[in-house]
Amino acid sequence: MRDARSLWLHAAVILLLFALNFLLPEYHRGIFSRVMVLAVFAMGYNLAFGYTGLLSLGHAMFFAAGLYGTGLTIYHLGWSVWPALGAGLLAGTLLALVIGFLALRTTGVAFMIVTLMFAQVFYLTTLYFTTYTRGEEGLVLPQAMRTLALPGASFSLTDPTTRYMAALALLTIALGLTLFLVRSPYGRALIAIRENEERMRMLGYDVFANKLGSVVISGLICAAAGAAYAVLFGYVGSGFASIQYSILPLLWVLLGGAATTLGPFVGTLFMFYIIDTASDYTTAYLLVVGLALILLILYFPKGIAGTVRERWLPWLP
Amino acid sequence: MAFGPYLLLATLEGLVTAAVLALMALGLSLVFGVMRVVNVAHGEFYMLGAVLAWWFASLVSGHPAIGFLLALILSPLVVAAVAFIAERLVLSRLNYEPEATIVATIGLLYILQQLALTFYGPEARPVQAPFDMRISLPWFGYSAYKLAVIAASALMMLATWVLLTRTKIGLVMRATQFDRETAQAFGIPVDRVYAGVFALGAALAAVAAVLIVPIQQAHYLMGLDPLLLSFIVVIIGGLGSLRGTVVAAILIGLSDGIISMFFSPTLAKMLATLLVALVLVFRPQGLFGTVAR
Repeated sequence: MRDARSLWLHAAVILLLFALNFLLPEYHRGIFSRVMVLAVFAMGYNLAFGYTGLLSLGHAMFFAAGLYGTGLTIYHLGWSVWPALGAGLLAGTLLALVIGFLALRTTGVAFMIVTLMFAQVFYLTTLYFTTYTRGEEGLVLPQAMRTLALPGASFSLTDPTTRYMAALALLTIALGLTLFLVRSPYGRALIAIRENEERMRMLGYDVFANKLGSVVISGLICAAAGAAYAVLFGYVGSGFASIQYSILPLLWVLLGGAATTLGPFVGTLFMFYIIDTASDYTTAYLLVVGLALILLILYFPKGIAGTVRERWLPWLP
Repeated sequence: MAFGPYLLLATLEGLVTAAVLALMALGLSLVFGVMRVVNVAHGEFYMLGAVLAWWFASLVSGHPAIGFLLALILSPLVVAAVAFIAERLVLSRLNYEPEATIVATIGLLYILQQLALTFYGPEARPVQAPFDMRISLPWFGYSAYKLAVIAASALMMLATWVLLTRTKIGLVMRATQFDRETAQAFGIPVDRVYAGVFALGAALAAVAAVLIVPIQQAHYLMGLDPLLLSFIVVIIGGLGSLRGTVVAAILIGLSDGIISMFFSPTLAKMLATLLVALVLVFRPQGLFGTVAR
């Protein structure tokens, strides 16, 4: 019963998003495509931060690893989309493995600072190899190379409908994966580690290995978002590796609700429209981000989906 | 120029960096030591100090020293007031929970940055040095102001040390750092101590900024690099250890000055950051610190 309800809810959300493709005006359809890809980034972050309790300030490096792994292989080596996506995923996963292995030796404040610093090193690296990455200016992938070949047909990812559907497909996979993970025994172990690490250790769980797994899967999902961003929007730049892109998923997850499956998407969508609306009145959008962070953490630490779960729908995963 | 004088120049430049860095890191370290709060907005207090310094200096005409002195006194006071208000309004309500305070100070960072951009603008503006003198060495002339910065920073650090170890205020601060609950039980107003320490930390960053603006211009994005560098300094020195902080600042400042004179600055920053992250991974208590209680 419980399981069925949450499965139906997720299916309904996906269906609604599918229908919105035909209902939304062009401008908002564009925003939704972008939001869905970035929401996958937030979902990856949520797995580490929300479910495992690892507050990382460096997840931009996993997103950017996917972005560059895909973007550079297309741009410089002329790879087609599928192998390039694979390269992006591989880059992000390997990076997450190495960073997780090192950073997880620390906890708490030290963990945040260490992840922040590794991400900064990654960002500086993209600037240092500016001959290949063109630094802040970035690379624009040629339209002709952004074609997705499926058996029997090939789609240009520059077409708005294809782009929307590809983003939705990615979101569906990420949502399904998160839902499956958090309801599996492994996901429950992660939540238990978040709640009481010492007790889990005493019960005989290998806390380090479990956390490392969480960071690697989280890195994989973030890299998938980055890789998809490169082929769908055709732009690869250092800005995506900067500190700001480590903070944004934290903001989205906090707004939507940490440790909820739908929270990251809700939070990303809300934040996009808050900024979109605010920018009609003022150019000071960083002020909105800053105020949102402070107000959220002060008065609304559970976020939108977290509050819904607390008040009305206790079964929400 | 031969290698020897070149190295001397690099060392002097490194010492100036170290002097400013030490002041800023001291503030960060104090806040972390006493309150156990990682203040991500520390770089923005530095930026605010620099921007206010320009504003105060531009208010008065006449000899540049008048404007500079006005900035040196008023700018840290204003920054301390801003920090005090932020502490009372936000941090104290979060019960100093580490993760929540980091998120809140990130929010503060964005707010201060945006306000500076809106009201001060994207330009970089200099403040005139209070005196314009060059000391001529046999190989090159060197700005006397830069040497004065080193002296002023040393003086400030000495003052902070005296405050911490020789006065009642310092005793109260150290007691709070050592054991918050016992301090409270002995009637120490822990809340006020926390607010004071947060303001003092921000003021130290502002002093560092006022000292640097005649050399480096004030800009709304100038806070990030010093923030990361002070993180590095505080970590290498051992979180919360003041002596370690000063030693580490000199070490980092000197090596930064020397490495970036001979190699690409981006590469220098990359290697330094990586090295520090690894230090923190394998020796979490820092080089001089003791294991956290």
